[in-house]
Amino acid sequence: MIGLEHYLTVAATLFVIGIFGLFLNRKNIIILLMSIELMLLAVNINLVAFSSFLGDMVGQVFTLFVLTVAAAEAAIGLAILVCFFRNRGSIAVEDVNVMKG
Amino acid sequence: MELTLLFAPLIGALLCGFGWKIVGENAACWIATGGLFLSALLSWIVFLTFDGVTETVSIFRFIESGTLSTDWSIRMDRLTAIMLIVITTVSSLVHLYSFGYMAHDENFGEGVSYKPRFFAYLSFFTFAMLMLVTSDNLIQMFFGWEGVGVASYLLIGFYYKKPSANAAAIKAFVVNRVGDFGFALGIFAIYLMFDSVEFSVIFADVPAQADRTLTFLWREWPALEIIAFLLFIGAMGKSAQLLLHTWLPDAMEGPTPVSALIHAATMVTAGVFLVCRMSPIMEFAPNAMVFVTVLGATTAFVAATIGLVQTDIKRVIAYSTMSQLGYMFVAAGVGMYSAAMFHLFTHAFFKAMLFLGAGSVIHAMHHEQDMRNYGALRKKIPYTFWAMMIGTLAITGVGIPVWIVTLGEIPIGFAGFQSKDAIVESAFAAGSMYGFWLLVIAALFTSFYSWRLMFLTFYGEARGNKHTHEHAHESPLVMLLPLGVLALGAALAGMVWYNSFFGHTDKVADFYGIPYAEAAADGQDTVEGAEEDHGAAADHGGEGEHRYVFAGQPGEGALYIAPDNTLLDDAHNVPYWVKTSPFAAMLIGFAFAWLFYIKKPSLPGRLAANQKYIYQFLLNKWYFDELYTAVFVQPAKMIGRFLWKRGDGDVIDGGLNGLAMGIIPFFTRLAGRAQSGYIFTYAFAMVIGIAVLVTWMTMSGGAN
Repeated sequence: MIGLEHYLTVAATLFVIGIFGLFLNRKNIIILLMSIELMLLAVNINLVAFSSFLGDMVGQVFTLFVLTVAAAEAAIGLAILVCFFRNRGSIAVEDVNVMKG
Repeated sequence: MELTLLFAPLIGALLCGFGWKIVGENAACWIATGGLFLSALLSWIVFLTFDGVTETVSIFRFIESGTLSTDWSIRMDRLTAIMLIVITTVSSLVHLYSFGYMAHDENFGEGVSYKPRFFAYLSFFTFAMLMLVTSDNLIQMFFGWEGVGVASYLLIGFYYKKPSANAAAIKAFVVNRVGDFGFALGIFAIYLMFDSVEFSVIFADVPAQADRTLTFLWREWPALEIIAFLLFIGAMGKSAQLLLHTWLPDAMEGPTPVSALIHAATMVTAGVFLVCRMSPIMEFAPNAMVFVTVLGATTAFVAATIGLVQTDIKRVIAYSTMSQLGYMFVAAGVGMYSAAMFHLFTHAFFKAMLFLGAGSVIHAMHHEQDMRNYGALRKKIPYTFWAMMIGTLAITGVGIPVWIVTLGEIPIGFAGFQSKDAIVESAFAAGSMYGFWLLVIAALFTSFYSWRLMFLTFYGEARGNKHTHEHAHESPLVMLLPLGVLALGAALAGMVWYNSFFGHTDKVADFYGIPYAEAAADGQDTVEGAEEDHGAAADHGGEGEHRYVFAGQPGEGALYIAPDNTLLDDAHNVPYWVKTSPFAAMLIGFAFAWLFYIKKPSLPGRLAANQKYIYQFLLNKWYFDELYTAVFVQPAKMIGRFLWKRGDGDVIDGGLNGLAMGIIPFFTRLAGRAQSGYIFTYAFAMVIGIAVLVTWMTMSGGAN
């Protein structure tokens, strides 16, 4: 039987992979965006799992919201990425340090 | 009338100082001078019509705090009246004189208006001095006391472009602060003991406080002794007595009219006035009075010795002033306050006169002050010469010894003759042999240096710059007129007021408004009978054969003289050799001066070469300045330098700089380094932060 714990484990694993994808990745900003999507998906899994477990639809409604926001966010992120590439000619993460103090 | 008298100088000072741009330079100066002459006129009216009864004119409430309540009011008694005429007369004449003396001054450039400033300062000084002498409480007196200090500072440093004048002004101010500290402590002590600062309250309460003690500097002292002593410290500073005298000769950096007004006639006598004013306390403090006597006599002697060898004409007169102040303190110290006031009174005339005369000489000689460059000026400036001659005759005490001829009861002589002899006789009668002999020797020296000044300046042959001598000219009338008036005072003041100041007990008592009683035949006074005798005694006042004693309670009349203080009679009954000794000293001094500077002008040089060490010792003013430099000034400078370099420079500046340039940038760099600019760093920090927060909430139980 696949219980709540399994879902949560998968979600947590995905989340941690997302986090590590964020700060271990030194190559590509697209991978950063993908990592963020991954973390959001992990959260979605959590929400759906709890929604199903507790029999409360609010969690699934939230999942839809999160998906919407994630889509919007991906669009904006990619747009920024394109602008950035046009300006700097690179999307390597190592080059993105204009804010260095 | 008293109010007009008091505030005319203040109004004059304000109008002159702030309004001269509106009314014009000359008009402003005349306003100030006019105010002073009005004040002088009213003062003389007050003095001559004064009946000896102490009056108080209240002006307004000054300080009200707890049990301390101070009025701004005038205490009008004989002491005040004497000081009023001394101050306003000399001040008004000095104002007039300044029109001539300050007409041109190379210390200021063309077109610089320094005259209104000068006159405003002079008038302000006069106002402060009047405040001092008319006050009926110690707070107001202290106000005047500091006011004259400020005026003195401003006027000594009047030539503010001269570094020496600025240094002298600061010196005068700082040395006076030492004395004022003592005075302030004295006032505190009085308030502590009497719970009041008003003279009338204090004086009436003095006998009740006679046995009380006061803890000061970790031990118990008789309260009145310590109060008298502390007040005298204040007097020492103002009156340039030994130990606190070093500022007075340096104060000669100021313009000569200032020296005449402030540093000869009025301000420096404030200390004597204070001691006389506090006579009820002083009478109950015999040990403090011994100190006053000894210090006064020593000052008179030391200053006279220094005066012997000085070559700057103003410095000679400055040391002479210091010496004469010593005389006054001896008189006050032995309990003859009246003689102290007498000498203060006559001294104001002849010393202001000598200073103004010296100013006239300096004016004639184009601001040359060294007597070695004078000589043979008698014919060039005859009026000044005669005025100075009268001043010299007065200060040296020329008169006819009483055993030859007297005018009724009054000795015939110049003003200094009566007053100085009065002091010398009092010192002898009081049994203060130390005081007596030092004063007689000082009288000898006084005569020597005064005649030396005269001979060097007016006799002999012209020395120094030939051109200057050829252009020496008599001063204008505005300068000669004050000389004339003061010469009159120097010649006659002693004889006119001899009886009032130093006559028989009843005359003096009448003058000061002190009750007196007839002494019993055997010379024992009867205090109990004093009250009913009062009326009867007054009727007999004119007859000389009766003997009277002072019978006032402290606070009655202007002075308090204890009933057992028969010094006044004793002083009249001293042996003839005592009465003649100042006269003999004067003759000897004159003879030596004549020998040294007329007969054999080479003698002083030879003597100086022979007695090199003594000469150097005197020329360097007993090395007081050097001593103070070594003991006080250098350590103070060292402490200052230490606090400046180490304390301020290293600790404060260094600390701030270290903070601003070391520690803050260090943290800035640290914070800057954290800002890598890489997204993953920030993300990592966020995750770590969340992890920490979640862990902390889990551990601490969250909202619960």
